[in-house]
Amino acid sequence: MATNLVEKAQIMDAEAIRRGMVRIAHEIIERNKGTEGLVLIGIRRRGVPLAQRLAAFIEEIEGRKVPVGVLDITLYRDDLTTRTDQPVVHRTEVPVAIAGKTIILADDVLYTGRTIRAALDALMDLGRPAQIQCAVLIDRGHRELPIRADYVIKNVPTSKREVIECHLTEIDGGDDKVMIMEKSEG
Amino acid sequence: MKLLIKGGRVIDPANKVDAVQDVLVKDGKIAAVGKDLGSEAAEKAKVINAKGKLVVPGLIDMHTHLREPGFEYKEDIASGTRAAACGGYTSVVAMANTKPVIDTASEVTFVRERAATTGIANVFPVGAVTKGQKGEELAEIGDMAAAGAVAVSDDGHPVQNGEVMRCALEYAKMFKVPVISHCEDRPLAGDGVINLGRVSTVLGLRGMPAAAEEAMVARDILLAELTGGHVHLTHISTARSVDLIRWAKGRARENGFTVTCDCTPHHLTLTEDAVEKYLYDTNTKVNPPLRTIADVEALRRGLVDGTIDAIATDHAPHHLDDKDVEYNYAAFGIVGLETAVGLIFSELVAKKLITAALAVEKLTAGPAGVLGLPKGTLQPGADADVTVIDPAAKWTVDSATFASRARNTPFGGWELTGRAVLTVVGGKVVAEDGKPS
Amino acid sequence: MRLASKDVLGLQDMSTTDMQLILDTAESLKEIISRPIKKVPTLRGKTVLTLFYEPSTRTRTSFELAGKYMSADTVNIATTTSSVVKGETLRDTAKTVEVMGMDMVIMRHPISGSCHYLAKILDASVINAGDGMHEHPTQGLLDMFTIRQRKGRLKGLRVAIVGDIYHSRVARSNIWGLTKMGAEVVVAGPSTLIPPYIEELGVKAYTRVEEAIEGADVVNVLRLQLERQQKGLFPSTREYARIFGVNQERLALAKVDYLLMHPGPMNRGVEIASDVADGEHSTITEQVTNGVAIRMAILYLLLGGATDETAD
Repeated sequence: MATNLVEKAQIMDAEAIRRGMVRIAHEIIERNKGTEGLVLIGIRRRGVPLAQRLAAFIEEIEGRKVPVGVLDITLYRDDLTTRTDQPVVHRTEVPVAIAGKTIILADDVLYTGRTIRAALDALMDLGRPAQIQCAVLIDRGHRELPIRADYVIKNVPTSKREVIECHLTEIDGGDDKVMIMEKSEG
Repeated sequence: MKLLIKGGRVIDPANKVDAVQDVLVKDGKIAAVGKDLGSEAAEKAKVINAKGKLVVPGLIDMHTHLREPGFEYKEDIASGTRAAACGGYTSVVAMANTKPVIDTASEVTFVRERAATTGIANVFPVGAVTKGQKGEELAEIGDMAAAGAVAVSDDGHPVQNGEVMRCALEYAKMFKVPVISHCEDRPLAGDGVINLGRVSTVLGLRGMPAAAEEAMVARDILLAELTGGHVHLTHISTARSVDLIRWAKGRARENGFTVTCDCTPHHLTLTEDAVEKYLYDTNTKVNPPLRTIADVEALRRGLVDGTIDAIATDHAPHHLDDKDVEYNYAAFGIVGLETAVGLIFSELVAKKLITAALAVEKLTAGPAGVLGLPKGTLQPGADADVTVIDPAAKWTVDSATFASRARNTPFGGWELTGRAVLTVVGGKVVAEDGKPS
Repeated sequence: MRLASKDVLGLQDMSTTDMQLILDTAESLKEIISRPIKKVPTLRGKTVLTLFYEPSTRTRTSFELAGKYMSADTVNIATTTSSVVKGETLRDTAKTVEVMGMDMVIMRHPISGSCHYLAKILDASVINAGDGMHEHPTQGLLDMFTIRQRKGRLKGLRVAIVGDIYHSRVARSNIWGLTKMGAEVVVAGPSTLIPPYIEELGVKAYTRVEEAIEGADVVNVLRLQLERQQKGLFPSTREYARIFGVNQERLALAKVDYLLMHPGPMNRGVEIASDVADGEHSTITEQVTNGVAIRMAILYLLLGGATDETAD
C-alpha cells in the first residue's frame, strides 16, 4: 500500500507546545490539589517525553519530584491479530507501585481512543490505582470508544483522511512541531 | 512371432560386441545379430526402429526384494517383476528374507512357480544360508540349489557367527552356489540409522561406522580364502570395502577362492548429506547407509577398475506406513528397479565417469557371471531377453507412477536422462517407455 | 518484525536476526513474570498444545506458564495419558489435535528429526522442545539470553560446554546459536561422549576439562544420563566425577567473573559439585525464569500476528 503523506499545515511550533505544557502542568496540580500520590506515565513512544516534560514543569512549579513511568501497550492492542506484522514489544517500566496512586497517562494524539483503552488495561494489570487521568498534546476527535482526555493542549478538528504528526526533540530530533498531513494515494 | 530391432547400437559385453547392428528375435530366442539384417529377416516381423538407442542384453538385478510370500502389502512377485520390466530388467534375483524365509526347496519352488504364473520377468530365487535366517544351523542348501536357488544369502539378517559363515562357504561350494553376504557387524552398527559421520553428529542421529561393514568384508574375504569358497559381497558402500576387495581379488585366483561384489545405484549417487538436505526424509534411510563423497568416488573407481562386478539395486519396497513415521521408526530401504538405469546414465555415463559399455556390462554380463546364469548375452540361441535404452530420454522421477507397489525413493522429482524404452523377456515385449505392455 | 518460519525447529537454520529478535522480545517480556498479576491478554483465543513423548517437568511447565501468562489456552498431552500408548502414529495424533483447532504444537520427542516431520504434516506452528539428540532451541536461546543479560554481550565470549556432548541436544543448540552470535565455543568430555566431526560445527573439542575451562567466561555443564554407563560409555560415576566433574578447583581456571550454567536437572556430585552449583557464579535458577521469558517471546512472535493487511 503506497500512501504518501503530504504536509498541509503546521499547527504548533516549539513555543506553543511549551506554553501548553506549562498550562496543563498547572491544571494537573490544581485539580489534584498538589502532587501527593501523582505518578506520570507516558505511553510509548511520544507519550514518554511528554510525561517527562510534565514532571519537570511540575517540579519547577511545586518543587517536588513526581515519579515517571513508561508503558508499552503492544501486548494489549486490539488489532494484533489483524496486523500483517507484529510490532516490536518494548519494556514497560513503572518505577513505583501504582496501587492507590493517581495516574496521569500521557500520549501525543488522542484519536479513536483505542490506545488509551489498551493503556487502561495494561495499567490495571500492574495494580489498582485510585484514579487515572489522561493528558494529551492533541485531541483530533473521531472517538470510537467512550473515552475522553482530562487535559488537552490543543483541540484540532480533522478529517479521517488527515494524519497528525508530532515531532518531539527527544525522539525525532530537530525542533518540536505538530503538523497536519494529508494522505495521497500514489 | 518375430521381432526385428533395427539400427541400434548393440552393446553385448559377453560377446564383446559394440556396434550399430540389428537384432532378430524369433520363437523366444535370439535368432541373429548383424549389420543390416535383410528383408527376409523383416518378413512377418514386428520391426522396431532403435536408431540412436542402445540395444543390450536384458538387464539382471542380482539383489531384489520381491517380498512374496509374507509381505505382499509391500510388494509381490507380480508388482515387483512389473517394476523390473519397466526399469529395463528382464531378470531379478529374489532375496530370501520373506515370511516364511526361503530356507527349503519347497519355498524355492513356490517362488519359481509364482513367478511363472504371475511374473512378467525371470525370477531367480536365493535360498537362506541358515534356517529361518537365524544365523545358527545351515539351511538345506543342497536341496535348494537342486530346486533352482542360484545363491544363498541371509541378507537382511547377516550371519554374525564366523564359524557358521565358514561352514556355509565350505558347504555351498559343493553345490557351486555363492554365498551372498550383507556385510554388517551388528553390535558395531548398533542402533545406528545413518552413517556415523558429520551428518549423524549434526542431525543427532545414531551412526553406523563404516568399520561395521568393513570388518565383515574382511572376515568374509579371509573365510573365503580359508574355505576356497565363493563369497559375493553385496551392496558394498565404503572406500575401504573396495580396497579390501581389490586386495582380495589380487590373491583369489592363485589361492583358489572367489570374491565378487556389487554396489547399488543409490550408493553411487547419494551421500549422507541427503539426509540433511531432505530434512530427515525417511526415504534416505537405507542399510548400508548413504556414506561420504570419498566413498562414492571409491565405488565409481571400483566399477572402472573391475573390482566391482555388478550394479544391483537392492530394491527394497516398503509400504507408506513403514516410512511415514519418525526417522528411527522407519524401515530401511530404497526401491531401485525403476530408477536404476536413469540414475546410472544421468549421473555416471552422461558425466563421463563410466562408459555406456561399462554400465551395460555391470547390469548384464557382470551379474550373470557372478551367479553363473545363462543370461546377459545376445548370443544367437540364447533366450531373447533384450532391453532397449534411450540414453537421451529425459524424464522426471515420480514415484506415483511406479509399477512397484512401493513409493520409497529419495529420487522423487529428480530429472534424469536415460531410460529403458523397451523390455523384451523371452521374445515378448513386456514393457515400453517405463510402462508395462 | 516477524520470524522467518512458522516453526522453531532448531538454531542451525535460524538467522541471527531472528535470534536477536527473540532475545530482545524476551527482554521486554521478562518484566511480566515479576508482576503481581502475571497476565497480559495478547494471545486470548489462541490454543497451544504441549505434546511430550518424554518425561519433562521444567520445559513443559515453562511453556505452559508462558502460554498462560499471555492468555493462551494450553492443553497438555503426555505419553502416559494419551492414545500414544495404544500405538497411535505421530501423524494420526498430530492430525487429530490439528482438527481440534490447535494454533501451535510444542513437542518433545525421543527421536531426532521428529519435529521436522511434524512440521511437514501440520499447518499449525511447531516448536521443538527437544528432539532426540538433535536440538533444543528454546534451551539454547534461554542460555544465550542468560549470558547476554549477565555479560551484556555474546560476541567474543569464551563458552565452555562440559559433559556428554554426544547425546546432548542442549549442546548442539548452544553451539549453533553461540557461534553464530560470535562467541567462541569449546566443548569437553570423555572421548566416548564427544561425537565425531564435532569440530566441523565450529568448536574446539577437548578431553581434558581443564583445557576447556581455562579462560572461560561461561561454563555450561550438561546433565550426565546415568544409563550411558550401562552402554559402556564410561566406567563409573565415581571416575566420571573425578576426571570430568566441574568443581571449585577446576573453575579456578576460568575468568574471575565466570558464569556457571546447567540446564537441569542436576546430578549433584557427578557432573557438578554442589558447592559451585549453589555458589555465587551459578545462574541455574535464573535460567529457569529466563526460560519462561524466552518461550513467551516465541509464542508472541509466532501467534501474536496474523495475515490480513490493515496496519495503521
